[in-house]
Amino acid sequence: MRTPWHQFAFGIALFACTAGCHRDMRDQPRYEAQEASDFFANGQADRPLIAGTVARGQLDAQDEVHTGKVSGKFSKQIPIPVNRELLERGHERFNIYCSPCHARTGAGDGIIVQRGFRKPPTLHQERLRQAPAGHYFDVMTHGFGAMPRYGAQLTARDRWAIVAYIRALQLSQHATLDDLPADNRDQLTKEQP
Amino acid sequence: MAQIFHPSMNIVARVTIFGAIFFAAGISLAGWAFVNSPYVTQVNVVREQAVPFSHQHHVRELGLDCRYCHYNVEKSSSAGLPTTEICMGCHSQVWKDAEVLRPVRESFAKGEPLLWTRVHDLPDFVYFSHKIHVAKGVGCESCHGRVDEMPLMRRAASLHMDWCVDCHRHPELAVRPQADLFQFGRNKSLLGGVSTEPLMRAAFTAEGQSAPGTRSIPSATHRKSSDTLKSGSELVAEYGIVTRQLTDCVVCHR
Repeated sequence: MRTPWHQFAFGIALFACTAGCHRDMRDQPRYEAQEASDFFANGQADRPLIAGTVARGQLDAQDEVHTGKVSGKFSKQIPIPVNRELLERGHERFNIYCSPCHARTGAGDGIIVQRGFRKPPTLHQERLRQAPAGHYFDVMTHGFGAMPRYGAQLTARDRWAIVAYIRALQLSQHATLDDLPADNRDQLTKEQP
Repeated sequence: MAQIFHPSMNIVARVTIFGAIFFAAGISLAGWAFVNSPYVTQVNVVREQAVPFSHQHHVRELGLDCRYCHYNVEKSSSAGLPTTEICMGCHSQVWKDAEVLRPVRESFAKGEPLLWTRVHDLPDFVYFSHKIHVAKGVGCESCHGRVDEMPLMRRAASLHMDWCVDCHRHPELAVRPQADLFQFGRNKSLLGGVSTEPLMRAAFTAEGQSAPGTRSIPSATHRKSSDTLKSGSELVAEYGIVTRQLTDCVVCHR
């Protein structure tokens, strides 16, 4: 480093080195979700979970809330507190995941059924009205007949929320005037022609 | 010694010097046009896919919610492409013998993934999260455009940084009520999706900007299901969006 000439040569050498470290920062050597991979045999970067893996906070205990069963039998009631918030969540999730076939009314003539999917029974028939809450939870978790399972899309809480909403739908089709609060009853009777 | 240049060369020299300004401007303009051209940004360029999936059919004609297939969009940074199992949920019975769906059936039978070509791909140094955008009121349409009008998937926006930053500076122009997030074509007056520029210009320059600090936001109102109108700024406050932090580098880059 005695002369400017040496410094210049050193600079050139340094610059030449950086050429060897080129790395495209737009496409870094790491995998993104669902990316393809040359490394793994099935071409997927996403790895299947090793049996027994539990993510932190996602331990699905084999209790009533996560199985819909008590000692082998379907839960009669929804095992989590049912309030307005849960019902609204159920309303939203039902319309996203169930209404394509079951229709927003639960009558079972949704758009996918109109396009040829096997028609599910109406949720308003007596057998299903009497079915325990755990039955619906189980059908959503594991599927039933032609219906696929929805366990991946819906958390246990969401599934119970939908059960609660199905109960509300069923009530809506079998409610009588006496079920209404007094002021609503008056309103309804007045509005009738 | 004889003169090398004829006196008329003076004119040529002057024209050249004068023309150089236009030449330089032209080069810059051409560069700008190139960078923003569909060739580079891939806007409106349809990619070839293994299956010619139509969002128009599934979203508009059948009325499926985005979340039926992209069910991770509210809980993960990646919205997620649906598993083959989800496709087969309906297509085990509907269009079950269609030739176009053969790759789907094969994928399902063999347990091998379908290979899709990505349409939206941000550089790896951008840490984008669908979850936070959806939670804070940015609808699908704001970035993905009128997906319900796309028979084949294409990009609606450049995904350039200036496009991101437009919105991060003025989130009040993009946020929607939660009920409208997964709807298309409802908020016509908003940054419908595609180009933020005309609105930005209208809102923040010339006629729109009456006085500094009192910028009016024209037509940035939102229809709620209850028919009450809410301005974008009200929604920004409601969502708890801290606008002054939104343009910090670390929000997207780490």
